[in-house]
Amino acid sequence: MLKAKSRISELIEKNQAELVSNWLKEQEAFQGHRAGLISNVELRKQSTDFISLLQQGLKEGDVENLNAPIWNDIKDFLSHLSYSRAEKGFSSSETAIFVFSFKQPLFALLKKELGNDGSALADETWTASALLDQLGLYITEVYQNSRNTIIARQEREIMELSTPVVQLWPGIVALPLIGTLDSARTQVVMENLLKSLLETGSSIAIIDITGVPTVDTLVAQHLLKTVSAARLMGAECFVSGIRPQIAQTIVHLGVSLPDVVTKANLADAFALALKRIGMKVTKTDAISN
Amino acid sequence: MEKIPILRMGKYLLITIQVDLHDRLAHTLQEDLAEKISNTSAKGVLIDISSLELVDSYIGRTLGNIASIAQILDAYTVVVGMQPAVAITLVELGVAMNGVRTALTVDKGMEMLKALVGDD
Repeated sequence: MLKAKSRISELIEKNQAELVSNWLKEQEAFQGHRAGLISNVELRKQSTDFISLLQQGLKEGDVENLNAPIWNDIKDFLSHLSYSRAEKGFSSSETAIFVFSFKQPLFALLKKELGNDGSALADETWTASALLDQLGLYITEVYQNSRNTIIARQEREIMELSTPVVQLWPGIVALPLIGTLDSARTQVVMENLLKSLLETGSSIAIIDITGVPTVDTLVAQHLLKTVSAARLMGAECFVSGIRPQIAQTIVHLGVSLPDVVTKANLADAFALALKRIGMKVTKTDAISN
Repeated sequence: MEKIPILRMGKYLLITIQVDLHDRLAHTLQEDLAEKISNTSAKGVLIDISSLELVDSYIGRTLGNIASIAQILDAYTVVVGMQPAVAITLVELGVAMNGVRTALTVDKGMEMLKALVGDD
């Protein structure tokens, strides 16, 4: 078995240039429409690196056990490649094809070199196939993980972006909510709002839910909690931007919003807030130019 | 024994809670305050809990009780300066403290008391 391994390595070393160009052709055929996402130079470099790392591993490593330290280099290389492809928007099969497309040129090479030794050819083909399958699975796994990392990061960014508390007037803050409310987000929203009440010394908060697509019992409960917490701190909370559709849903669900001041739109809520703090908007003579 | 001081200022009583309020302390405060309101015939009580960072449902209920007791003794109670984390905790615990007046700052709380007590 040991002898067999060293033979693939030796064959790859001898025919490296030919192997690379055959493999590149193979990859181009597979990912024709992705050509714009990755340059030929980069692809060539990646392919060359992969082949030399593979050859290095085959020279010394155990094909059966990919956890051996000798394979770390090639695994690192594949992780890096997988992550960068995930970021560029490759799909998982488009990423995995990088490894799997290597089979064809490698098998062709083995056939050419070992064509007259049937049993050796079968052995080597099996070894190479098993190894490439493992690497292919590995690259897919890493791809999944990278996607998950990217999604988690985007989730965090969206969460940070979507909960701004704005001051409308000294003593009045507003929180325009956009997007679906879930427990985690509501927690952040609630904390941000209460903190800003304290920081700005505002006694009135307006929660505007114009941008919230659906209000179910859970969302209503979250709103109630926020209003109660604000009241405990000594501030009053109005809810505005309840669309007709949502008002109907709330009633049909049997949710009641007791003791919550609700207004149809932000302007109404703001007018009420001004009234509460003893301010008034008056009309002056219009300035004509 | 540890005690929370109750300061008298004209018609009002001021309480600032600056230590962790454990159960016994809260209970003592409730008794002391009832005594004090009745002795001084105070018309308003202001409780500042801006330094309070830990609460449980018992403390929440005690604060509610204090307000109710003061109400019976003819004094208005305003709780001021509750921290966001404390407010969230109380809401999650289901302690709504209905009937307790709240204000953001001591200033606003005082204003509220003055408006409530009026000139009588």
